[in-house]
Order: sequence, then structure tokens, then C-alpha cells
Amino acid sequence: MLSVEAQKPPKGKWTTPPFDPRFPNQNQTRNCYQNFLDYHRCVKAMNRRGKSTQPCEYYFRVYHSLCPISWVQRWNQQIQDGTFAGKI
Amino acid sequence: MAYPYQLGFQDATSPIMEELLHFHDHTLMIVFLISTLVLYLISLMLTTKLTHTSTMDAQEVETIWTILPAIILIMIALPSLRILYMMDEVNNPALTVKTMGHQWYWSYEYTDYEELNFDSYMTPTTDLKPGELRLLEVDNRVVLPMGMPVRMLISSEDVLHSWAVPSLGLKTDAIPGRLNQAILTSSRPGLFYGQCSEICGSNHSFMPIVIEMVPLKTFENWCSSML
Repeated sequence: MLSVEAQKPPKGKWTTPPFDPRFPNQNQTRNCYQNFLDYHRCVKAMNRRGKSTQPCEYYFRVYHSLCPISWVQRWNQQIQDGTFAGKI
Repeated sequence: MAYPYQLGFQDATSPIMEELLHFHDHTLMIVFLISTLVLYLISLMLTTKLTHTSTMDAQEVETIWTILPAIILIMIALPSLRILYMMDEVNNPALTVKTMGHQWYWSYEYTDYEELNFDSYMTPTTDLKPGELRLLEVDNRVVLPMGMPVRMLISSEDVLHSWAVPSLGLKTDAIPGRLNQAILTSSRPGLFYGQCSEICGSNHSFMPIVIEMVPLKTFENWCSSML
């Protein structure tokens, strides 16, 4: 068995979304949705200012880990169709 | 897994389930003691020729049978609250796995790195190999690394289901439109079985869950082989 230290991922590498104190309870629906919104808002804001969207990758990784694939596909389809209900 | 003529819980695989087992033993013993005492007193009362028709007050015994139950209830409540808070402790999971309930199978998504997802159907009885468990085996098991907290996010694509694994002390409802979190930690490798625990149609009894806990290296190899 590897030691505890050796099993930890290398510093700076992504493992999984950490505990978010904004969503401490069992219902994580909002955690997924909020990060999805934050990613798209971040990309939109960065593009508007002509900056790199690299910092937005955090939100992408969180929602990609947390949100069911079918939800993400449905929301992306709605964004394409212009019928997405969230404010981006 | 469950076995014939089983009386108690399945063997605990996670630390929380161990605590729940001990708590259950403790509380059940109190229940048995009280029941035995009451049955004994009833039998005494039914088999005596003595009578006493002029009881006026009984301050002393009334005090005892008020204070003693209060103490017993506190002795039950304190471990119960301890375990309740223990279940809600903040822990940073090492992995996130999503499971979606369908009619009538589970699908699993591992999307921390690549996008790995697959369906898990029950093995029909006619296709079982010798030694396999009827109505419990699946074609694709949920493989997870042992010894580290894993975040399970449970939801449903159609009706209500419930993702339950008794030996880990887990039962979490799968509700369409909602993402329920359960944290899973296994102390040992092995196969752990569960069944859908919310009525969901004709094949509700035929959508089991099998978790295969393996060392981290084996888990990583399995992930690569599944992609």
C-alpha cells in the first residue's frame, strides 16, 4: 500500500471538485447549475474584454465533474437554440 | 451481501456503517431489556393472589419510573446524534461518480478526467454462471478505489428510484431534476451488492447495484480499459 502522501495527486493537478461551503447539504443540484452558469458568464465576460478564457476552466471542470452528461447536453442544446432559461 | 436466514445487518464495509451497527446493537439491547422487564412484570401481576385496593400515592416509584426512562433516552440520543454529525462531516472526496436511474437499469458516469459512462443491467437468471447470485449480478459493475472518500451524485432520468448499498450504509433517492450527494468510503476491497429501493415500475426488483472496490492502481487500469 502506498503511503497517504504518495496517494495524493500532484499539487496543482485536477482531481475532483472540492467541498463548496455554499452548497454544504445533500442537494447538489444548484452546485452543478451555478458552475455551469458561472463558466458561460466567465467566458462571455472574458471574450467581451478580449482576454484569455483560461481562468474560466475551473468552472468548466467543476460542472463537467458534477453535472450529469444528459443535463449538460440539454442545456448546451438550449443555448444553441436560444431557449436556455438561465441568465448568461 | 445478504445470505439465507440472515438476522442482522450485512457486515459493515465503511466506518459509518460500523458505527451504525454498534449503535443498533446498543439500542436493541436496551429495547430487549425493557421488553423483558415489562413482560416479567405482567407475568408477575397475572400470577399473584395478593390484592391491594387502597393505593393512595406512590411518590417514590413514580419518581424512579420518570427519571430512569429519561436517562435511558439520553443514553440512546447521544450516540445517535454523534453518528448523525459524523455522517455530515466535511470531507474532500478523491473522486466523483454520477449515477442516473432509468427504467430499469443504472448508468454510471465518471467525468473527472475523460468522459466514461456505461449502463449497468441485471444479468438475467438464464445467463448466470455457476456461483453467481440470482437477481443481484450485473453486466458492468461500478468499480471504485478503496480506502478513499468517493462522492456519489445520484439522480434519475425518468421516475423515482433509490440507490442503496446496505453494507456501506447507503440509501439515497434518485429524483429527476435533483442531484443528491452521498459520500462513500470502503475500508476493504470486494464486491458489495444493493438493489433499487424505490418502486419504479414493473422491473423495480430487477435493477441491482454492484460495487467492486479495488486498489487504486487496479482502478486506474480499469478506467483505461473502459475508455
